[in-house]
Amino acid sequence: MIWINAIIQGLLLGGLYAMFSCGLSLMFGVMRFVNLAHGDFAVLSAYAAYVLVEHAGGTPLWTFAAVIPAAAIIGFLLQRLLLDRALIGGSLSPLLVTFGLSILIQNALQQGFGANNESLFVGSLSYESWKVNNSIYLGRLDVIVFVIAVALIAGLQLFLSKSRPGRMMRATADNRRSAALSGVNERRVRATATAIALATVAIGGLFLAMRTSFTPTSGSNDLIFAFESVIIGGLGNLWGTLLGGLILGVAQTVGSQINPADGILAGHLVFLAILAYRPQGIIASRYADS
Amino acid sequence: MTLLRLDGVTAHYGHLQALDELSLSLDQGEILAVIGANGAGKSTLLSLVSGELRPSQGRVYFNELDVTGLEPYRRVRLGISLVPEGRHLFSTLTTQENLLVGAASRRPGPWSLDTVYDVFPFIKKRQHVRAALLSGGEQQAVAIGRSLMSNPSLLLLDEVSLGLAPVIVRDLYVALRQVADGGTTLLLVEQDLTEALGIANHVLCLLEGRVALTGSPGDLDQAQVLDAYFGRGPVVTDEGVAP
Repeated sequence: MIWINAIIQGLLLGGLYAMFSCGLSLMFGVMRFVNLAHGDFAVLSAYAAYVLVEHAGGTPLWTFAAVIPAAAIIGFLLQRLLLDRALIGGSLSPLLVTFGLSILIQNALQQGFGANNESLFVGSLSYESWKVNNSIYLGRLDVIVFVIAVALIAGLQLFLSKSRPGRMMRATADNRRSAALSGVNERRVRATATAIALATVAIGGLFLAMRTSFTPTSGSNDLIFAFESVIIGGLGNLWGTLLGGLILGVAQTVGSQINPADGILAGHLVFLAILAYRPQGIIASRYADS
Repeated sequence: MTLLRLDGVTAHYGHLQALDELSLSLDQGEILAVIGANGAGKSTLLSLVSGELRPSQGRVYFNELDVTGLEPYRRVRLGISLVPEGRHLFSTLTTQENLLVGAASRRPGPWSLDTVYDVFPFIKKRQHVRAALLSGGEQQAVAIGRSLMSNPSLLLLDEVSLGLAPVIVRDLYVALRQVADGGTTLLLVEQDLTEALGIANHVLCLLEGRVALTGSPGDLDQAQVLDAYFGRGPVVTDEGVAP
Protein backbone atom coordinates (compact mmCIF):
# COMPACT_ATOMS: atom_id res chain seq x y z
CA MET A 1 0.00 0.00 0.00
CA ILE A 2 2.90 2.38 0.63
CA TRP A 3 3.86 2.02 -3.02
CA ILE A 4 0.37 2.87 -4.19
CA ASN A 5 0.48 5.87 -1.90
CA ALA A 6 3.86 6.88 -3.30
CA ILE A 7 2.50 6.71 -6.84
CA ILE A 8 -0.63 8.71 -5.95
CA GLN A 9 1.39 11.38 -4.18
CA GLY A 10 3.74 11.42 -7.17
CA LEU A 11 0.86 12.01 -9.56
CA LEU A 12 -0.33 14.93 -7.43
CA LEU A 13 3.18 16.39 -7.35
CA GLY A 14 3.46 15.80 -11.10
CA GLY A 15 0.33 17.89 -11.62
CA LEU A 16 2.17 20.81 -10.06
CA TYR A 17 5.20 20.22 -12.29
CA ALA A 18 2.99 20.03 -15.37
CA MET A 19 1.20 23.26 -14.46
CA PHE A 20 4.52 24.90 -13.93
CA SER A 21 5.99 23.58 -17.20
CA CYS A 22 3.25 24.20 -19.75
CA GLY A 23 4.38 27.81 -20.31
CA LEU A 24 7.90 26.64 -21.10
CA SER A 25 6.44 24.15 -23.55
CA LEU A 26 4.26 26.81 -25.20
CA MET A 27 7.11 29.28 -25.63
CA PHE A 28 9.36 26.61 -27.06
CA GLY A 29 6.62 25.47 -29.42
CA VAL A 30 6.02 28.93 -30.83
CA MET A 31 9.49 30.46 -30.69
CA ARG A 32 11.92 27.55 -30.54
CA PHE A 33 13.91 28.74 -27.58
CA VAL A 34 14.02 27.77 -23.94
CA ASN A 35 13.29 30.57 -21.50
CA LEU A 36 16.05 30.09 -18.93
CA ALA A 37 14.43 32.64 -16.60
CA HIS A 38 11.23 30.53 -16.48
CA GLY A 39 11.78 29.34 -12.90
CA ASP A 40 12.84 32.79 -11.75
CA PHE A 41 9.61 34.32 -13.02
CA ALA A 42 7.77 31.75 -10.91
CA VAL A 43 9.79 32.78 -7.85
CA LEU A 44 9.27 36.44 -8.70
CA SER A 45 5.49 35.84 -8.75
CA ALA A 46 5.76 34.12 -5.38
CA TYR A 47 7.58 37.11 -3.89
CA ALA A 48 5.03 39.47 -5.41
CA ALA A 49 2.27 37.50 -3.67
CA TYR A 50 4.31 37.46 -0.46
CA VAL A 51 4.66 41.25 -0.49
CA LEU A 52 0.97 41.74 -1.30
CA VAL A 53 -0.11 39.54 1.60
CA GLU A 54 2.31 41.27 3.95
CA HIS A 55 0.96 44.72 3.08
CA ALA A 56 -2.70 44.06 2.36
CA GLY A 57 -3.22 41.01 4.54
CA GLY A 58 -5.60 38.11 3.95
CA THR A 59 -4.91 34.71 2.49
CA PRO A 60 -2.46 34.38 -0.42
CA LEU A 61 -5.29 33.00 -2.56
CA TRP A 62 -6.57 36.47 -3.50
CA THR A 63 -3.17 37.46 -4.87
CA PHE A 64 -3.81 35.26 -7.92
CA ALA A 65 -6.15 37.97 -9.16
CA ALA A 66 -3.34 40.54 -9.06
CA VAL A 67 -0.27 38.48 -9.92
CA ILE A 68 -1.63 36.61 -12.97
CA PRO A 69 -2.61 39.70 -14.99
CA ALA A 70 0.59 41.46 -13.95
CA ALA A 71 2.64 38.47 -15.14
CA ALA A 72 0.77 38.45 -18.46
CA ILE A 73 1.49 42.14 -19.00
CA ILE A 74 5.15 41.66 -18.09
CA GLY A 75 5.30 38.75 -20.54
CA PHE A 76 3.82 40.83 -23.33
CA LEU A 77 6.26 43.69 -22.73
CA LEU A 78 9.20 41.32 -22.24
CA GLN A 79 8.57 39.83 -25.67
CA ARG A 80 8.00 43.17 -27.38
CA LEU A 81 10.87 45.08 -25.84
CA LEU A 82 13.53 42.44 -25.29
CA LEU A 83 13.03 38.97 -26.71
CA ASP A 84 11.84 40.10 -30.15
CA ARG A 85 15.04 42.08 -30.54
CA ALA A 86 17.10 39.14 -29.33
CA LEU A 87 15.36 36.82 -31.83
CA ILE A 88 16.75 38.86 -34.73
CA GLY A 89 20.19 37.59 -33.74
CA GLY A 90 19.28 33.91 -34.15
CA SER A 91 18.24 31.33 -31.58
CA LEU A 92 21.27 31.65 -29.28
CA SER A 93 20.69 35.32 -28.39
CA PRO A 94 17.30 34.88 -26.66
CA LEU A 95 18.79 32.00 -24.70
CA LEU A 96 21.58 34.26 -23.46
CA VAL A 97 19.16 37.11 -22.78
CA THR A 98 16.93 34.92 -20.62
CA PHE A 99 20.01 33.55 -18.86
CA GLY A 100 20.96 37.14 -18.04
CA LEU A 101 17.42 37.86 -16.86
CA SER A 102 17.61 34.84 -14.59
CA ILE A 103 20.76 36.17 -12.89
CA LEU A 104 19.27 39.64 -12.68
CA ILE A 105 16.04 38.45 -11.01
CA GLN A 106 17.86 36.17 -8.56
CA ASN A 107 20.23 38.90 -7.43
CA ALA A 108 17.55 41.57 -7.20
CA LEU A 109 15.43 39.27 -5.04
CA GLN A 110 18.41 38.41 -2.87
CA GLN A 111 19.11 42.11 -2.45
CA GLY A 112 15.53 42.85 -1.49
CA PHE A 113 14.56 39.83 0.59
CA GLY A 114 17.73 38.09 1.72
CA ALA A 115 18.38 34.40 1.22
CA ASN A 116 15.80 33.07 3.71
CA ASN A 117 13.29 30.37 2.94
CA GLU A 118 9.81 31.81 2.53
CA SER A 119 6.44 30.20 2.05
CA LEU A 120 2.91 31.31 1.30
CA PHE A 121 0.79 30.06 4.17
CA VAL A 122 -2.74 29.23 3.11
CA GLY A 123 -4.10 28.30 6.53
CA SER A 124 -5.83 24.99 7.04
CA LEU A 125 -5.75 24.32 3.30
CA SER A 126 -2.06 23.54 3.58
CA TYR A 127 -2.49 20.61 5.99
CA GLU A 128 -6.08 19.39 5.67
CA SER A 129 -6.57 16.21 3.69
CA TRP A 130 -9.11 13.71 2.49
CA LYS A 131 -8.71 10.23 3.91
CA VAL A 132 -8.96 7.46 1.33
CA ASN A 133 -8.01 4.66 3.71
CA ASN A 134 -5.68 4.16 6.64
CA SER A 135 -2.53 4.57 4.62
CA ILE A 136 -3.59 6.98 1.86
CA TYR A 137 -4.44 10.60 2.52
CA LEU A 138 -4.89 13.19 -0.22
CA GLY A 139 -3.81 16.71 0.68
CA ARG A 140 -6.58 19.15 -0.21
CA LEU A 141 -4.21 21.70 -1.72
CA ASP A 142 -2.47 18.93 -3.70
CA VAL A 143 -5.75 17.76 -5.18
CA ILE A 144 -6.83 21.31 -6.00
CA VAL A 145 -3.49 21.97 -7.72
CA PHE A 146 -3.80 18.76 -9.69
CA VAL A 147 -7.31 19.55 -10.90
CA ILE A 148 -6.32 23.10 -11.85
CA ALA A 149 -3.23 21.80 -13.66
CA VAL A 150 -5.24 19.41 -15.81
CA ALA A 151 -7.88 22.08 -16.46
CA LEU A 152 -5.20 24.62 -17.39
CA ILE A 153 -3.49 22.30 -19.84
CA ALA A 154 -6.79 21.17 -21.35
CA GLY A 155 -7.85 24.80 -21.69
CA LEU A 156 -4.57 25.79 -23.28
CA GLN A 157 -4.76 22.87 -25.70
CA LEU A 158 -8.33 23.81 -26.59
CA PHE A 159 -7.22 27.40 -27.15
CA LEU A 160 -4.44 26.24 -29.49
CA SER A 161 -6.53 23.81 -31.48
CA LYS A 162 -9.85 25.63 -31.74
CA SER A 163 -9.44 29.37 -31.36
CA ARG A 164 -8.40 31.82 -34.04
CA PRO A 165 -5.35 33.22 -32.19
CA GLY A 166 -4.39 29.66 -31.21
CA ARG A 167 -4.51 28.59 -34.83
CA MET A 168 -2.31 31.52 -35.79
CA MET A 169 0.12 30.49 -33.07
CA ARG A 170 0.35 26.98 -34.48
CA ALA A 171 0.72 28.36 -37.99
CA THR A 172 3.59 30.61 -36.88
CA ALA A 173 5.26 27.69 -35.10
CA ASP A 174 4.85 25.56 -38.22
CA ASN A 175 6.07 28.00 -40.89
CA ARG A 176 7.00 31.56 -39.99
CA ARG A 177 7.36 32.71 -43.58
CA SER A 178 3.97 31.44 -44.67
CA ALA A 179 2.35 32.90 -41.57
CA ALA A 180 3.68 36.36 -42.42
CA LEU A 181 2.62 35.94 -46.04
CA SER A 182 -0.88 34.98 -44.85
CA GLY A 183 -1.17 38.27 -42.98
CA VAL A 184 -0.37 36.98 -39.51
CA ASN A 185 1.23 39.64 -37.32
CA GLU A 186 4.04 37.51 -35.99
CA ARG A 187 5.10 40.00 -33.33
CA ARG A 188 1.67 40.00 -31.78
CA VAL A 189 1.48 36.21 -31.89
CA ARG A 190 4.81 35.93 -30.09
CA ALA A 191 3.89 38.54 -27.49
CA THR A 192 0.57 36.77 -26.84
CA ALA A 193 2.34 33.44 -26.42
CA THR A 194 4.79 34.88 -23.90
CA ALA A 195 1.99 36.66 -22.04
CA ILE A 196 0.08 33.38 -21.71
CA ALA A 197 3.27 31.54 -20.75
CA LEU A 198 4.10 33.98 -17.96
CA ALA A 199 0.51 33.92 -16.70
CA THR A 200 0.76 30.13 -16.34
CA VAL A 201 4.19 30.53 -14.73
CA ALA A 202 2.62 32.83 -12.15
CA ILE A 203 -0.10 30.29 -11.36
CA GLY A 204 2.51 27.54 -11.04
CA GLY A 205 4.83 29.75 -9.01
CA LEU A 206 2.14 30.66 -6.50
CA PHE A 207 1.01 27.07 -6.00
CA LEU A 208 4.63 25.97 -5.73
CA ALA A 209 5.14 28.58 -3.01
CA MET A 210 2.03 27.36 -1.18
CA ARG A 211 3.00 23.70 -1.33
CA THR A 212 6.68 24.07 -0.55
CA SER A 213 9.01 26.97 0.13
CA PHE A 214 11.02 29.31 -2.02
CA THR A 215 14.22 31.36 -1.94
CA PRO A 216 15.54 33.95 -4.41
CA THR A 217 17.59 31.25 -6.14
CA SER A 218 15.13 28.35 -6.09
CA GLY A 219 13.98 29.25 -9.61
CA SER A 220 16.98 27.48 -11.17
CA ASN A 221 15.96 24.22 -9.57
CA ASP A 222 12.34 24.72 -10.59
CA LEU A 223 13.49 25.33 -14.16
CA ILE A 224 15.23 21.96 -14.18
CA PHE A 225 12.02 20.19 -13.14
CA ALA A 226 10.04 22.11 -15.75
CA PHE A 227 12.62 21.35 -18.39
CA GLU A 228 12.62 17.66 -17.51
CA SER A 229 8.80 17.50 -17.66
CA VAL A 230 8.80 19.12 -21.09
CA ILE A 231 11.55 16.84 -22.47
CA ILE A 232 10.06 13.65 -21.04
CA GLY A 233 6.70 14.40 -22.60
CA GLY A 234 8.01 15.64 -25.94
CA LEU A 235 8.95 19.22 -26.82
CA GLY A 236 6.15 21.56 -27.78
CA ASN A 237 3.30 19.19 -26.93
CA LEU A 238 1.08 20.17 -23.99
CA TRP A 239 -0.46 16.75 -23.27
CA GLY A 240 3.09 15.41 -23.42
CA THR A 241 4.11 18.01 -20.85
CA LEU A 242 1.31 16.88 -18.53
CA LEU A 243 2.44 13.29 -18.94
CA GLY A 244 6.07 14.33 -18.44
CA GLY A 245 5.22 16.16 -15.21
CA LEU A 246 3.34 13.12 -13.90
CA ILE A 247 6.19 10.75 -14.74
CA LEU A 248 8.72 13.04 -13.06
CA GLY A 249 6.53 13.42 -9.98
CA VAL A 250 5.99 9.66 -9.64
CA ALA A 251 9.72 8.99 -10.18
CA GLN A 252 10.58 11.40 -7.39
CA THR A 253 8.10 10.09 -4.82
CA VAL A 254 8.77 6.44 -5.59
CA GLY A 255 12.50 7.22 -5.37
CA SER A 256 11.96 8.86 -1.99
CA GLN A 257 10.07 5.78 -0.86
CA ILE A 258 13.05 3.62 -1.71
CA ASN A 259 15.48 5.99 0.01
CA PRO A 260 14.27 9.35 1.35
CA ALA A 261 17.41 11.15 0.16
CA ASP A 262 17.22 9.85 -3.41
CA GLY A 263 13.88 11.23 -4.63
CA ILE A 264 15.28 14.05 -6.74
CA LEU A 265 18.03 11.78 -8.05
CA ALA A 266 15.46 9.18 -9.14
CA GLY A 267 13.64 11.90 -11.10
CA HIS A 268 16.85 12.90 -12.88
CA LEU A 269 17.69 9.25 -13.67
CA VAL A 270 14.27 8.64 -15.24
CA PHE A 271 14.72 11.84 -17.24
CA LEU A 272 18.16 10.74 -18.47
CA ALA A 273 16.88 7.27 -19.32
CA ILE A 274 14.07 8.73 -21.44
CA LEU A 275 16.47 11.19 -23.06
CA ALA A 276 18.76 8.27 -23.95
CA TYR A 277 16.14 5.83 -25.23
CA ARG A 278 13.40 8.12 -26.53
CA PRO A 279 14.95 11.55 -27.16
CA GLN A 280 11.84 12.80 -28.99
CA GLY A 281 9.84 12.32 -25.76
CA ILE A 282 6.94 10.02 -24.90
CA ILE A 283 4.60 11.85 -27.28
CA ALA A 284 6.55 12.98 -30.33
CA SER A 285 5.82 16.61 -31.05
CA ARG A 286 3.32 17.54 -33.68
CA TYR A 287 5.32 20.66 -34.37
CA ALA A 288 8.49 18.74 -35.02
CA ASP A 289 7.46 16.70 -38.05
CA SER A 290 7.28 19.62 -40.46
CA MET B 1 -6.42 52.19 -63.09
CA THR B 2 -2.86 51.34 -62.11
CA LEU B 3 -2.80 48.79 -59.30
CA LEU B 4 0.90 48.04 -59.01
CA ARG B 5 3.83 50.17 -60.10
CA LEU B 6 7.52 49.42 -59.72
CA ASP B 7 9.66 52.47 -60.25
CA GLY B 8 13.30 51.72 -61.12
CA VAL B 9 13.78 48.96 -58.57
CA THR B 10 17.19 47.38 -58.09
CA ALA B 11 17.52 44.37 -55.83
CA HIS B 12 20.50 42.53 -54.44
CA TYR B 13 21.06 39.23 -52.69
CA GLY B 14 24.30 40.01 -50.90
CA HIS B 15 26.62 41.23 -53.63
CA LEU B 16 24.62 39.55 -56.36
CA GLN B 17 22.42 41.91 -58.29
CA ALA B 18 19.12 40.19 -59.10
CA LEU B 19 17.17 43.09 -60.63
CA ASP B 20 18.55 46.14 -62.40
CA GLU B 21 16.42 49.33 -62.37
CA LEU B 22 13.26 47.53 -63.36
CA SER B 23 10.08 49.50 -63.94
CA LEU B 24 6.66 48.12 -64.66
CA SER B 25 3.06 48.95 -64.09
CA LEU B 26 0.09 46.66 -63.81
CA ASP B 27 -3.53 47.71 -64.26
CA GLN B 28 -6.48 46.46 -62.27
CA GLY B 29 -7.88 43.27 -63.80
CA GLU B 30 -4.78 42.57 -65.86
CA ILE B 31 -3.03 39.18 -65.94
CA LEU B 32 0.72 39.58 -66.25
CA ALA B 33 2.94 36.56 -66.83
CA VAL B 34 6.59 37.04 -65.98
CA ILE B 35 8.77 34.52 -67.76
CA GLY B 36 12.49 33.98 -68.03
CA ALA B 37 15.26 31.49 -67.41
CA ASN B 38 16.49 30.46 -63.97
CA GLY B 39 18.15 33.36 -62.20
CA ALA B 40 16.51 35.98 -64.44
CA GLY B 41 15.02 37.70 -61.37
CA LYS B 42 11.41 36.46 -61.56
CA SER B 43 11.04 35.32 -57.95
CA THR B 44 12.97 38.40 -56.79
CA LEU B 45 10.37 40.53 -58.49
CA LEU B 46 7.60 38.75 -56.55
CA SER B 47 9.52 39.13 -53.27
CA LEU B 48 9.72 42.86 -53.81
CA VAL B 49 5.97 43.05 -54.31
CA SER B 50 5.12 40.72 -51.38
CA GLY B 51 7.49 42.63 -49.12
CA GLU B 52 9.90 39.84 -48.26
CA LEU B 53 12.70 41.73 -49.96
CA ARG B 54 13.35 45.48 -49.91
CA PRO B 55 14.85 47.06 -53.02
CA SER B 56 18.27 48.64 -52.66
CA GLN B 57 17.02 51.36 -54.98
CA GLY B 58 13.63 52.39 -56.41
CA ARG B 59 10.08 52.37 -55.03
CA VAL B 60 7.10 50.03 -55.05
CA TYR B 61 3.60 51.56 -55.28
CA PHE B 62 0.33 49.75 -54.69
CA ASN B 63 -2.85 51.67 -55.43
CA GLU B 64 -0.55 54.70 -55.69
CA LEU B 65 0.50 54.13 -52.08
CA ASP B 66 4.24 53.79 -51.45
CA VAL B 67 4.58 50.33 -49.87
CA THR B 68 8.36 49.98 -50.31
CA GLY B 69 9.08 49.77 -46.57
CA LEU B 70 5.97 47.83 -45.55
CA GLU B 71 6.24 44.36 -43.99
CA PRO B 72 4.61 41.39 -45.77
CA TYR B 73 1.73 40.99 -43.28
CA ARG B 74 0.77 44.65 -43.70
CA ARG B 75 0.77 44.28 -47.47
CA VAL B 76 -1.64 41.35 -47.12
CA ARG B 77 -4.02 43.73 -45.34
CA LEU B 78 -3.76 46.10 -48.30
CA GLY B 79 -4.64 43.30 -50.71
CA ILE B 80 -1.36 41.76 -51.91
CA SER B 81 -1.04 38.01 -51.47
CA LEU B 82 1.72 35.67 -52.60
CA VAL B 83 1.38 31.96 -53.32
CA PRO B 84 5.01 30.99 -52.69
CA GLU B 85 7.00 28.62 -54.85
CA GLY B 86 6.89 25.14 -53.34
CA ARG B 87 3.52 25.87 -51.64
CA HIS B 88 4.86 26.18 -48.07
CA LEU B 89 1.67 25.04 -46.41
CA PHE B 90 1.34 24.74 -42.64
CA SER B 91 2.05 21.02 -42.79
CA THR B 92 0.81 20.21 -39.28
CA LEU B 93 -2.49 22.03 -39.85
CA THR B 94 -5.46 20.60 -41.76
CA THR B 95 -6.61 21.87 -45.14
CA GLN B 96 -9.38 23.87 -43.52
CA GLU B 97 -7.06 25.32 -40.86
CA ASN B 98 -4.61 26.37 -43.57
CA LEU B 99 -7.42 28.20 -45.34
CA LEU B 100 -8.60 29.83 -42.10
CA VAL B 101 -5.11 31.12 -41.32
CA GLY B 102 -5.21 32.69 -44.78
CA ALA B 103 -8.03 34.88 -43.49
CA ALA B 104 -5.79 36.25 -40.71
CA SER B 105 -5.86 39.76 -42.19
CA ARG B 106 -9.69 39.95 -41.87
CA ARG B 107 -9.89 41.71 -45.23
CA PRO B 108 -13.49 41.77 -46.39
CA GLY B 109 -14.39 40.35 -49.78
CA PRO B 110 -16.03 37.51 -51.69
CA TRP B 111 -13.76 34.67 -50.56
CA SER B 112 -14.68 32.24 -47.79
CA LEU B 113 -14.25 28.52 -47.14
CA ASP B 114 -17.32 27.84 -49.27
CA THR B 115 -16.25 29.91 -52.27
CA VAL B 116 -12.73 28.43 -52.17
CA TYR B 117 -14.21 24.91 -52.10
CA ASP B 118 -16.42 25.91 -55.05
CA VAL B 119 -13.36 26.79 -57.13
CA PHE B 120 -11.33 23.80 -55.90
CA PRO B 121 -13.98 21.13 -55.26
CA PHE B 122 -11.38 18.36 -54.95
CA ILE B 123 -9.96 19.74 -51.69
CA LYS B 124 -13.31 19.89 -49.91
CA LYS B 125 -13.34 16.19 -49.14
CA ARG B 126 -9.80 16.59 -47.79
CA GLN B 127 -10.67 19.49 -45.49
CA HIS B 128 -9.86 17.68 -42.26
CA VAL B 129 -6.67 16.04 -43.55
CA ARG B 130 -3.32 17.45 -42.46
CA ALA B 131 -1.62 19.37 -45.25
CA ALA B 132 1.51 17.19 -45.10
CA LEU B 133 -0.59 14.24 -46.30
CA LEU B 134 -2.09 15.96 -49.35
CA SER B 135 -0.94 15.28 -52.92
CA GLY B 136 1.10 17.91 -54.75
CA GLY B 137 -1.89 19.16 -56.73
CA GLU B 138 -4.07 19.33 -53.62
CA GLN B 139 -1.34 21.22 -51.79
CA GLN B 140 -1.06 23.75 -54.59
CA ALA B 141 -4.84 24.23 -54.57
CA VAL B 142 -4.79 24.77 -50.79
CA ALA B 143 -1.90 27.24 -51.18
CA ILE B 144 -3.87 29.24 -53.74
CA GLY B 145 -7.02 28.96 -51.63
CA ARG B 146 -5.15 30.16 -48.55
CA SER B 147 -4.08 33.26 -50.45
CA LEU B 148 -7.59 33.85 -51.76
CA MET B 149 -8.94 33.78 -48.21
CA SER B 150 -7.22 37.15 -47.68
CA ASN B 151 -9.41 38.58 -50.47
CA PRO B 152 -6.47 39.95 -52.44
CA SER B 153 -6.85 42.50 -55.18
CA LEU B 154 -3.43 41.41 -56.45
CA LEU B 155 -2.58 37.72 -56.39
CA LEU B 156 1.07 36.80 -56.90
CA LEU B 157 1.73 33.25 -58.05
CA ASP B 158 5.21 31.74 -58.05
CA GLU B 159 5.64 28.64 -60.23
CA VAL B 160 2.19 27.15 -59.79
CA SER B 161 2.97 24.29 -62.18
CA LEU B 162 6.20 23.24 -60.50
CA GLY B 163 6.41 19.47 -60.07
CA LEU B 164 2.79 18.82 -61.02
CA ALA B 165 1.31 16.62 -63.76
CA PRO B 166 0.08 18.55 -66.82
CA VAL B 167 -3.54 17.49 -66.28
CA ILE B 168 -3.47 18.94 -62.74
CA VAL B 169 -1.77 22.12 -63.94
CA ARG B 170 -4.60 22.55 -66.46
CA ASP B 171 -7.20 22.21 -63.67
CA LEU B 172 -5.40 24.79 -61.57
CA TYR B 173 -5.26 27.24 -64.44
CA VAL B 174 -8.97 26.76 -65.12
CA ALA B 175 -9.53 27.75 -61.48
CA LEU B 176 -7.18 30.73 -61.81
CA ARG B 177 -9.18 31.84 -64.86
CA GLN B 178 -12.27 31.91 -62.61
CA VAL B 179 -10.36 33.91 -60.00
CA ALA B 180 -9.27 36.44 -62.63
CA ASP B 181 -12.82 36.66 -64.02
CA GLY B 182 -13.92 37.62 -60.52
CA GLY B 183 -11.82 40.78 -60.85
CA THR B 184 -8.59 39.76 -59.11
CA THR B 185 -5.42 40.99 -60.78
CA LEU B 186 -2.85 38.25 -61.31
CA LEU B 187 0.91 38.48 -61.51
CA LEU B 188 2.34 35.06 -62.22
CA VAL B 189 5.83 33.74 -62.59
CA GLU B 190 5.91 30.54 -64.59
CA GLN B 191 8.24 28.11 -66.31
CA ASP B 192 5.35 26.49 -68.16
CA LEU B 193 5.15 28.89 -71.11
CA THR B 194 2.05 27.31 -72.65
CA GLU B 195 -0.10 27.83 -69.55
CA ALA B 196 1.41 31.23 -68.79
CA LEU B 197 0.88 32.60 -72.29
CA GLY B 198 -2.54 30.97 -72.41
CA ILE B 199 -3.95 32.87 -69.45
CA ALA B 200 -2.00 36.15 -69.59
CA ASN B 201 -3.01 39.29 -71.42
CA HIS B 202 0.44 40.72 -70.91
CA VAL B 203 3.86 39.08 -70.91
CA LEU B 204 7.15 40.28 -69.52
CA CYS B 205 10.32 38.34 -70.17
CA LEU B 206 13.23 38.91 -67.82
CA LEU B 207 16.84 38.28 -68.71
CA GLU B 208 19.55 38.72 -66.10
CA GLY B 209 17.53 41.21 -64.09
CA ARG B 210 16.39 43.34 -67.01
CA VAL B 211 13.32 43.40 -69.24
CA ALA B 212 14.12 41.53 -72.44
CA LEU B 213 10.64 41.57 -73.96
CA THR B 214 7.17 42.87 -73.18
CA GLY B 215 3.93 42.66 -75.08
CA SER B 216 0.64 40.85 -75.28
CA PRO B 217 0.83 37.12 -76.04
CA GLY B 218 -1.18 37.53 -79.25
CA ASP B 219 1.32 39.96 -80.71
CA LEU B 220 4.43 37.95 -79.95
CA ASP B 221 5.53 34.99 -81.97
CA GLN B 222 7.21 32.02 -80.42
CA ALA B 223 10.62 32.76 -81.93
CA GLN B 224 10.63 36.25 -80.39
CA VAL B 225 9.75 34.83 -76.98
CA LEU B 226 12.43 32.16 -77.16
CA ASP B 227 15.05 34.66 -78.30
CA ALA B 228 14.27 36.91 -75.34
CA TYR B 229 14.12 33.93 -72.99
CA PHE B 230 17.60 32.76 -73.91
CA GLY B 231 19.08 36.19 -74.54
CA ARG B 232 19.42 36.02 -78.31
CA GLY B 233 18.61 38.91 -80.64
CA PRO B 234 17.34 42.45 -79.98
CA VAL B 235 15.34 43.69 -77.01
CA VAL B 236 11.67 44.22 -77.93
CA THR B 237 9.35 46.34 -75.79
CA ASP B 238 6.02 48.06 -76.30
CA GLU B 239 7.91 51.10 -77.54
CA GLY B 240 9.54 49.13 -80.34
CA VAL B 241 12.91 47.52 -80.93
CA ALA B 242 15.72 48.88 -78.80
CA PRO B 243 19.03 49.58 -80.52
